[in-house]
Amino acid sequence: MAEIVIKGVAKDFGAFTALHSVDLTIADQEFMVLLGASGCGKTTLLRIIAGLETPSQGEVWIGGRRVDHLPPRARGISMVFQNYAVFPHLTVFENIAFGLRMAKVTGTEVDRRVRRTAELMHIEQLLKRYSGELSGGQRQRVAVARALAMEPDVILMDEPLSNLDALLRLEMRAELKGVLAESKTTTIYVTHDQVEAMSLADRISVMNGGYIVQADRPTEVYRNPAARFVGSFIGNPPMNFLPAKSEGAGRWHVAGQSFAGPQGSAAEFAIRPEDLHPSDTGLSAEVRVVEPLGPHTLVTAQVAGQPFRAVLDSDRHITPGEVITLAPVPDRIRWFDPETQKAIA
Amino acid sequence: MPRALPYLLLLPASLFLLVFFFYPFGLVVVESLTRGGEWTTENFTRMTGHWKFAPAFWNTIWLTAIVVPVQLIMALTMASVVQKLKTGRSGLLYIFAIPLGISDLAAGLIWLAIFEQSGFLNSIFHAFGIIDRPTLYLGYQNMWVIFLAVVLAEIWRATAIMMVIIVAGMGLIPKEYSEAAEVFGASRWQRFTRVTLPLLRPSLQTALILRILMAFEVFAVVMALGGTTLPVLMGETFQWQFQLQDRGVAAAYAMVILGLSVAFSLVVLRLLHVPKGARI
Repeated sequence: MAEIVIKGVAKDFGAFTALHSVDLTIADQEFMVLLGASGCGKTTLLRIIAGLETPSQGEVWIGGRRVDHLPPRARGISMVFQNYAVFPHLTVFENIAFGLRMAKVTGTEVDRRVRRTAELMHIEQLLKRYSGELSGGQRQRVAVARALAMEPDVILMDEPLSNLDALLRLEMRAELKGVLAESKTTTIYVTHDQVEAMSLADRISVMNGGYIVQADRPTEVYRNPAARFVGSFIGNPPMNFLPAKSEGAGRWHVAGQSFAGPQGSAAEFAIRPEDLHPSDTGLSAEVRVVEPLGPHTLVTAQVAGQPFRAVLDSDRHITPGEVITLAPVPDRIRWFDPETQKAIA
Repeated sequence: MPRALPYLLLLPASLFLLVFFFYPFGLVVVESLTRGGEWTTENFTRMTGHWKFAPAFWNTIWLTAIVVPVQLIMALTMASVVQKLKTGRSGLLYIFAIPLGISDLAAGLIWLAIFEQSGFLNSIFHAFGIIDRPTLYLGYQNMWVIFLAVVLAEIWRATAIMMVIIVAGMGLIPKEYSEAAEVFGASRWQRFTRVTLPLLRPSLQTALILRILMAFEVFAVVMALGGTTLPVLMGETFQWQFQLQDRGVAAAYAMVILGLSVAFSLVVLRLLHVPKGARI
C-alpha cells in the first residue's frame, strides 16, 4: 500500500522558483502522469519525491510515512531515468541485480528476481551483455527491469520513452502500461508528450510555471480543462479561443453570433477543433490552409481576425480562400474567465 | 584530401622520433650487452655484484610503493571534493597545480631548506625550545628521515598531476549513474566504490602509469635531500656514467628501470582493464 501525499511542496533554485506550493494526492496503485512543457517543474517534483532533491518547503508522505527527510533508499521507491543510467561497467544481469545486492538479498533470490523481471521485459537473452552492446530500446528495457526487480511500492519514471524512436515508443508504451498494471505499484510518470500522458494515465497532473493546474482523469482534462492553459496545451491541434462580449442574461456575442453561456460580465469562448461541423448558421471562417490527414481534414482559418482550427470530415472538399460556416456542438462549448484564466462552470 | 596527406604530415615527427629516440635507445641496449666490443652479460653481473645495487633497487621500489598509493588516495579524495564544488573549482585546481610548475630539483631544494641543519624545521624547533642546538636530520645515521623527506617532497610535488587527470575523468561520468545508484540503495561509500571507481578506470590507468614511471625515475629530489646516502636506481645510473665512467653498467641500470616500467605498466593495464562494451 503506497499512497503518496504531497503537501505544500515548494522548491527554489536561488531566485528562480521551480515549484510553488504543490499539493497532490496519488492513490495506491494509481498511474499518475505529470505533464507539462520543459521548465514547468514536473521533473523537479519527481526528483523531490525520489529524494534526489530537497524541497524548500512542504512534506512528502509515502504509504503513511513522512519521507522528505529520508535518503532515496529509505523511501521504498525505484526509478527509471531519462537516459536510462544503465551502468556501463556492469552486465545486464548485474544492472538488474544492483538494487537487490545493495539490499543484501540472498544470491538465489537475486537470481530468481532478475530472471523473472528480465523475462517480463523480454531481455532474458541479454543478461550477459554490457550496456555498450545494447540498443536504446534494450537499455530502456534494462532500466525498467532494474526498477521492477526491487518490487517497489512506487516507481518513478522521468521521461522514460523520450529517447526512443517513434515506432519503438508506441510499442514500449503499450508494454509499460501492461507490466505496470500487473506489478500493482503506484507509478508517477513525467512526460511532455500529451499522447503518452493520455494513453497511460489513470490521472494526469498538468503543470505550468511551477503549479499543478489540473489533476484529473485524461478525458476530463481533455473535455473540461480547468484553465485556459490546459485547453491550449492538450489536444493536437489545441482548443480554439474567441473573445466574447456579454449581452446580459447569460447570452454572449461571439464573432457575430449569439451563444448561451455563464452569467457574468467577462468571458472567453472556447471550442475544440473536432467539435465543429459545417452548417448553414454558425461562425463564419475564412479558410487559409487545408491539410488532408486521411481520416479527416485539418482546416486552419480565421474567425473574427483570430486564428481558428477545425477538424472536419474528409468527404467535404474545401479550398483555401473559401468562407465556410462552422457550428460548434453546443454542449462542448467551454467558457474561461479572461482575468483568472480559469474555467467558468 | 589525398589519403596519403595525414601520413605525410606526421612523417617529420615520426622520423625525428626514430632518429633521436629509437636509435639512441638501440645504442643503450647494445651498450648494456657489450663490453670492449664483445657481446656479454658482464655489465649486468657487475651491476648486481656491486653492494649498492640491492639498496638502490629496493629503495626505488619502496619509494614507489609508498608514494604512489598515498598520492592515489589523496588525489581521489581531493578530486571528489573539487568535483562537488559549485564555484571556485578552476581556481582551486590552479592552486593545486602550482607544484607541477616547479622542477623536481627545485622541489628537492625547497624541502632541503626545511630539513637541513640551518633549515626551517630546526629554526622552529629551536624557537619553541624543543631543541637546544640544530640537529642533523639528513645524515647517514638517520636514513629513514632522508627517506621520509623524499616521500614528503614527492607527494607534495606530484600529487596534483594525478588529481588533474582524475578530476577530468570524473567530469566525464554522467551524474545520472550516481543518482541511480543512490536510488537503488547505495551509500555514499558504495557509490564511490561501485560506480565512480569502476567508471574511472581509464583515467586511473593514465594517472597510475604516468606516476609509476615518474616514481621509478626519481632522481633530483633524492640527490638534493640525500646525495648518494640514499641510493636509487636513477642515481646509480648517473654515478656509473659520470663518476665511475662505466657506460656499460650505466646502460644496464637504464635497462633495469625500463624493465620495471614496462612490467608495472602492463600490470596496471591488466588490473584496470575495461572490457569492450563496458565503456561510458
